[in-house]
Amino acid sequence: MSAALALGDDALVLSHRLGEWAGHAPVLEEDVALANIALDLLGQARVLLSLVGDEDELAYLREERAFRNLQLVEQPNGDFAHTIARQLYFSVYQHLLYERLAAGGGEFADLAAKAVKEVAYHRDHAEQWVLRLGDGTDESHRRMQAGLEALWRFTGEMFQPVEGLDDTGSGLDRQELERTWLAAVTGTVERATLTLPTGPRSGAWAAGAGRQGLHTEPFGRMLAEMQHLHRSHPGASW
Amino acid sequence: MSSSTDWPLWEVFVRSRRGLSHTHAGSLHAPDAEMALRNARDLYTRRSEGISIWVVPSTQITASSPDEKDSFFEPAGDKPYRHPTFYEIPDGVKHL
Repeated sequence: MSAALALGDDALVLSHRLGEWAGHAPVLEEDVALANIALDLLGQARVLLSLVGDEDELAYLREERAFRNLQLVEQPNGDFAHTIARQLYFSVYQHLLYERLAAGGGEFADLAAKAVKEVAYHRDHAEQWVLRLGDGTDESHRRMQAGLEALWRFTGEMFQPVEGLDDTGSGLDRQELERTWLAAVTGTVERATLTLPTGPRSGAWAAGAGRQGLHTEPFGRMLAEMQHLHRSHPGASW
Repeated sequence: MSSSTDWPLWEVFVRSRRGLSHTHAGSLHAPDAEMALRNARDLYTRRSEGISIWVVPSTQITASSPDEKDSFFEPAGDKPYRHPTFYEIPDGVKHL
């Protein structure tokens, strides 16, 4: 069930990061949009984690090293452009992945088919904002480019094989997925008058580290905040 | 932080899945029509499927003036033949 854990943790962690925007987004309408996306992801996480065990225990009582999410989704929000860059990289990947899982007929086909409509909207939202920020003012262009650059090194991990996902008859072709992702992201970035980053797609950590439970420094603080209440009152029901 | 001068006001009209006409649902701020549609979807439709949304920049709407109320709206009340309200509606006529 490590694949359900990996996909579920991606959704859970990104949902928490987006939840941190509540009440802080640039405008009210965007506050609602980010909260909507966070709620979609949380719903996906609940389904996926329930396949593995008790969703609350998995979310609130696992140590950092037991989380299997991509390092990309645990990165702090930064400014709005930084958050949108993270959304672009992840939601294009998630959309392409879920489309393929839905069509593949494997064990995740049904839940992927349900989630793919939500994820298509997340992708559209991110692409719309990359276009506006990139092709906006000098300042927004600079910030959007900076966001794309800062997160680029976390994008390689998305195309590492996931145990139980790539080898259970899902028919997933990671290389094809990566090519399609790169073409889609390149198209959006260029339309937005931005430049595709040229640096390496994995950082000092080996690609795939998040899937092995190796995470970046900000993740521990995020988990401490997320898990604090449950750990303070173990066994409480709400 | 954007101000409302950067983000114009849009009026939102929504037709629900089984609704016949677009109804004014409210207003919102958005940088352009595309984003206004997306914001309207989040704010006013909760993503029910099969509905239609119109967004219109508020500046494009011309409203009737309250001062002209009398001549504009008050019908000639003593001419009942102008008010086709005497017809019986047969059973089975929908959408009337």
